[in-house]
Amino acid sequence: MKKRLRLTVSEAFTIFGQSMPTSPATPAPVSVSRRRPWPVEFYRSAVGKKWVMGITGIALLGFVLAHMIGNLKVYLGDGQLDSYAHFLRELLYPLLPKTVTLWLMRTGLVIAFLLHIHAAASLTLLNRRANTAYRGPRDLAVASYASRTMRWSGVIVAVFLLWHLADLTWGVTPMAAEGWTPGAVEANLVASLSRGGVAVLYVVANLLLGIHIYHGAWSLFQSLGFAHPSYKRWRRWFAQAFSAAIVIGNVSIPIAVWTGMVG
Amino acid sequence: MNITLRAWRQEGPSDEGRFETYQVSDVSADMSFLEMLDVLNERLTLEGLEPIAFDSDCREGICGTCGVMINGRAHGPQAATATCQLHMRSFRDGDTITVEPWRAAAFEVIRDLVVDRSAFDRIIEAGGFITVATGSAPEANLTPVPKEIAETAFDAAACIGCGACVAACPNSAAQLFTASKVSHLNLLPQGSSERYIRTERMVDTMEQFFGSCTNHGECEAACPKQISIDFIAMMNRDYVKAKLNNRGRA
Amino acid sequence: MSAVRLDAKTPPGPLADAWDNHRFSLKLVNPANKRHFKIIVIGSGLAGASAAATLAELGYQVDVFTFHDTPRRAHSIAAQGGINAAKNYRNDGDSVDRLFYDTIKGGDFRSREANVYRLAQLSLNIIDQATAQGVPFAREYGGLLDNRSFGGAQVARTFYSRGQTGQQLLLGAYQAMARQVGLGKVKLWVRTEFMDVVLKEGRAVGVVVRDLLTGEITSHSAHAVVLCTGGYSNVYYLSTNAMTCNVTAIWRAHRRGAAFANPCFTQIHPTCIPAAEDFQSKLTLMSESLRNDGRVWVPASPDDDRPPRRIPENDRDYYLERIYPAFGNLVPRDVASRAAKRMVDAGHGVGARKNGVYLDFQDAIARLGREAIAARYDNLMEMYNRITDEDPYQDPMRIYPAPHYTMGGLWVDYNLMTTIPGLYALGEANFSDHGANRLGASALMQGLADGYFVLPYTIGDYVAKFLNEAPVPTSDEAFARTETELRERISGLLSMRGARTVDDFHRQLGRVVWDECGMSRSEEGLDRALSYLPDLYEQFRNEARVPGDGESLNQTLEKAARLEDFFELAMAMCVDARHREESCGGHFREEHQTPQGEAVRDDERFTTVSAWFWTGDPTRPSLREEPLSFDNVQLTTRSYK
Repeated sequence: MKKRLRLTVSEAFTIFGQSMPTSPATPAPVSVSRRRPWPVEFYRSAVGKKWVMGITGIALLGFVLAHMIGNLKVYLGDGQLDSYAHFLRELLYPLLPKTVTLWLMRTGLVIAFLLHIHAAASLTLLNRRANTAYRGPRDLAVASYASRTMRWSGVIVAVFLLWHLADLTWGVTPMAAEGWTPGAVEANLVASLSRGGVAVLYVVANLLLGIHIYHGAWSLFQSLGFAHPSYKRWRRWFAQAFSAAIVIGNVSIPIAVWTGMVG
Repeated sequence: MNITLRAWRQEGPSDEGRFETYQVSDVSADMSFLEMLDVLNERLTLEGLEPIAFDSDCREGICGTCGVMINGRAHGPQAATATCQLHMRSFRDGDTITVEPWRAAAFEVIRDLVVDRSAFDRIIEAGGFITVATGSAPEANLTPVPKEIAETAFDAAACIGCGACVAACPNSAAQLFTASKVSHLNLLPQGSSERYIRTERMVDTMEQFFGSCTNHGECEAACPKQISIDFIAMMNRDYVKAKLNNRGRA
Repeated sequence: MSAVRLDAKTPPGPLADAWDNHRFSLKLVNPANKRHFKIIVIGSGLAGASAAATLAELGYQVDVFTFHDTPRRAHSIAAQGGINAAKNYRNDGDSVDRLFYDTIKGGDFRSREANVYRLAQLSLNIIDQATAQGVPFAREYGGLLDNRSFGGAQVARTFYSRGQTGQQLLLGAYQAMARQVGLGKVKLWVRTEFMDVVLKEGRAVGVVVRDLLTGEITSHSAHAVVLCTGGYSNVYYLSTNAMTCNVTAIWRAHRRGAAFANPCFTQIHPTCIPAAEDFQSKLTLMSESLRNDGRVWVPASPDDDRPPRRIPENDRDYYLERIYPAFGNLVPRDVASRAAKRMVDAGHGVGARKNGVYLDFQDAIARLGREAIAARYDNLMEMYNRITDEDPYQDPMRIYPAPHYTMGGLWVDYNLMTTIPGLYALGEANFSDHGANRLGASALMQGLADGYFVLPYTIGDYVAKFLNEAPVPTSDEAFARTETELRERISGLLSMRGARTVDDFHRQLGRVVWDECGMSRSEEGLDRALSYLPDLYEQFRNEARVPGDGESLNQTLEKAARLEDFFELAMAMCVDARHREESCGGHFREEHQTPQGEAVRDDERFTTVSAWFWTGDPTRPSLREEPLSFDNVQLTTRSYK
C-alpha cells in the first residue's frame, strides 16, 4: 500500500525547519535517530540554513551586480538597453534554443530567492521561540542598523521586487506605466520612472536593498566560515564598497530619468 | 554616592515578576557592583524584607557564576568585565541603574536575578571533550603543538561559561559559547580525531535550546573574556565539513 | 570514638617502590562487577571532577553533587600560577626526588614522606593526562611545553596556562566528567548541597542533601562517599576564596566521627590587594610572580603620609631586602606575609587605610623598560588597575597578605580514607601532602593526583568486600534519623529572626580568627579567642536574622548553615593552634621565635599530625597524634637570610 506523504506544518518544520527548544534540565538525547540525506540533514540545522542563506546570498548579490551593470546601458541611449535585453534572451544561442539560458538563470534565481526566504523565515521563528524579551531597556553595543533590520529590509525588498517585476517585466497595471510594450525596455523604464511617486519608491527601495546587502555581504563570510585573519579586515571594506556600488548605480537611474538626463 | 536601583524581583519560575525600586545611599566608588547589592541586601534583611537573590562566587571574573543585565548591557557598561569586577566608580552619583536577569527561553529565571544555565552543560556533554580515559595519555611532549595554534586555542578556551553571549544576543543564540569550546578542541592536534563528530553533536545540541546567529556581534562585545566571533566562523566551517564527513553514519 | 586508631597504612619498604607495591597489594574489582558499586562524590572541583570521571571510566556508578549551578564553577578555577611536575624538561636537575624533597621541606617537615613521594611521582602522569585532554599549556616555538620557575623553586618545573592554569585544568577534568554524564555513567546533581554523611555500623553508607531550589531534603546511598569540597579559608570572612567556599562537608563528617587534622595550618598569601572599604566581600590575589620584579617597601617613618613618589630613597625601608639579604623580595610566602604584618602593625602601612605595603616596579621599569614589564605582567597590572583605579606602572602597587589555602583538613590514611570507613577526602579537603605550608603550584597537583590516580585504585580495595551487597537502602532507619536531625536544624535556622545579618556575624567571626589565629598566634590571644568565640556563637544563634522560607532558593539560609560550621571550626583551629607549642610553616606562635623573629620548630615534641575528634564541645575536641618519621630526608631549619 502506498503511503501518502502528508505533512502538518509542524512536521514540515521538523524536517526542514527548526524544532522547538527543549528544556535543558535533562540531558539532551545526543544521537540523531534517523539520518536523512546529508543536504537535508544539513539544511535542518540553523547553521546549515545560515550557510544556505550565505550561498544563495552570493547568487543574489551576483544577480544584483549584473543587473545593475546591465541597467547602466540606459545611459548609452540609442536602444542599447533594448539590445541588451534581447541579447539576454539569446544567451548561449545557438548552443541552446533561444530563452533557455535565460529561463535556466531565472529558475536558479527563483530557487535561490525561495531558499533564502524560507531559511530566513524559519530562523526568525526559531529565534522568536528561543528569545525572551527584556522588560527593561536594551542597550545594544555594536549591532548595526543594517543587522537589526534585516528582516524588515528583506521583506520590503521582496515586496518591491514583485512590484518591479509587475512594472517592467510583466507589464501589469497599475504597477506598469500606461502604454507598456513588450521588448521596449528603455521606453517602459523611462515611462515608469517619470512618475514621481514611482521614482521615489525606487530610490527608497534601493536604499533598503543597499542596507540589506551591506549586512549580508559582510555576514555571509561569517556564515560560510571565512574569517581567516589574513583577509578578515577586507570583509567590512568589501561589504561597504559592494553595497555602495549597487546603491549608487541603481539609484542614479530614477534620478537621471527624473532630471531628464535619460529619456 | 547615592544610587536608585530598579531591580527585577521574581519569587520563582512561575511568578510574573516585576521591577522594584530601591534607594541605595552612601555607596563607595571602590565598591564592586555586587558589594553594592550585598549592602542593599543586608539592609533589606534588617527591614524584614527578602534580599535580592543573585549568583556570584569567585568575584574575580573567572568562575562565570555572576552575570546580570545592567542598564541593558550584559555585565554592565565596562567592556571585558564580568559583573563582579564592575566597580561603582563606573556610575555617577544620582544614577538610576536597572538590573535584570539574563533572558532567554533556555535560561529560566529561578528567582530574582538567578537563572538556570544548565543548557550549557548539555552542550559540553554532547561533545565538548577529548576522549582520553585516565591513564591512557601518551607522554605530553610527544605531540608538538605550534605556539600560535596553542595560543589561538587558548583564546577560545578562555570562555568562563557565564552566558553573557546568550544574554546579549537578540536571538538568544549560544554560538559564541559553543564555538569557543569547539574551536579550542578542534584546533589542537589532540582533539582532531573527534573533530567532526564533536562539531556536529555540539551544534545540534545547541540548536535544541538556543536561537541562531545573525552576526550582530553583540556576543563578542559582551564577552568578559573578549572571545572573537571568528571562532563562530570557524565552527560554521567545521559544521559543513562535519555534515559531509558524517553522512551515512548512524 | 575513643577506640579509633590512627593507622596511616603507609606501605613498608623503600620509598620509591612504596606506591607500586601498595597498588599491587590492593584488591581489584572485576571490570564486570564495578557497575554494581555506587560511589557518591561531593564537590566538582579538580579532585571531585577528576575522581568522578575516572571512577566512571572504570565502570563504577557515580553520583556527583555540587551546590553550584554547574560543576565548572568550583573554586579550583581561580588558581592562577601553575602546576608542578618533575618532568625535568628543562634539564636543570629536577627529579621526582627533588620535587619530593622541596615539598617536604616547604611543608616544614610536617607531612608524610610516603604521601609526598607518591605525589611527586604522579605529577608526571598529570601533565600527560591534562595535555591529552587539550589543556592549553604554554608552549615554546618548537611546539613543546614551556616551564617557569615559581614560588622560589630552584628549578623550572611549573607548567602553566597564562594566568589561568586552574581554569584550564578544571575545565579539562569537568569535560572528562561531562563525557561520562553524557554516557549516563555519572549522574549529576547541581544546586544540591551536601548536608550530612549517613553512618551505619560505623561506616559511611550515604549522604543527605538539600536541593537549594526547592529546599527538598533527600537521602542517597552508596558503597562509598568521597568528599572533594576544598578548603576553609572563608572562616576568616575576607580571603581569596570564592564566596561560597565553606567547611560544611568536612565539618559535618568530622562531627560524625572523622578526625580533623591540623586545622590551624592555614596559608596566608603575601600578595593580595588590601581591603578598600568596610563592605569588602573578598580579597583578590595577585600572582606571586610579581615579586620577581617588584621591590617591597614601606615608609621608614610611621607617620609619613606623603604620596609614594614623593618619598625619597632614604626615607624608604626595603625591609625584605634589609632583613633577608640572600632571598630579598623572594622569601617564601609565610616569611613575606609575616614581615608585611609586622610593618603594618608598627604603623608603616600605606594607602588610605594604612593596611598595605608597597610593591614597586619603578626600578624594574627603569632597568628593563615599561614594555618588558608589560609583557610579563600586563594582565595583572590591568587587574590591579580595574580594582583599585590606580596605575601600577606609575605608582607602586599596594599589597597585603590574605588567607588563601588551608593545609589542614580531614585526616586520611595513605588510601585517602578518613577515620570513618567508606568515607574518603581528596584535594584541599584532606590534610595529606602539604604539611604546615604549601609550595606554590602544588595545590592543583595534589587535587588531580588524588582524583585521577590515587582514589580510583584505593577505593576498589574497600568496596571489593561488598560484592553482591546492594547499598544500604535509603529507607533504612539511619537515613531517616539523619534527615530528621537535618530538618530540625534547618527549621531552627529559619526561626532565627534577630536584628543582625548573617554576614555581619561572619565578618565579626572573621576578624576574631584573623586577629588571634591568623598570621601569628599567641597563647594569650588564642585563649582570648577561645573564651570569646562560644559567646559570639551563642549571640549568632540568638541575634541573627534569616529571612524567607525553606521551600525555595534562600541564599541567607545557605550562608547561615555554613556559618554555624565555621564557628565550630574556628574554635577547633584555636584549640589546635594553642596545642601546637612551636612555630612551623603557616603556623607562627609568637612564643616560639628567635630574637630576630624567625620561626622555631620543636621537632622533639611536634613531629606529629594532630588529629582531633569531635566530642560534642567544639572547644574540647579529643586529640590523637600520628607520629611522623623522616627516614629519607633530614630535618633542617629553613633559612632565607
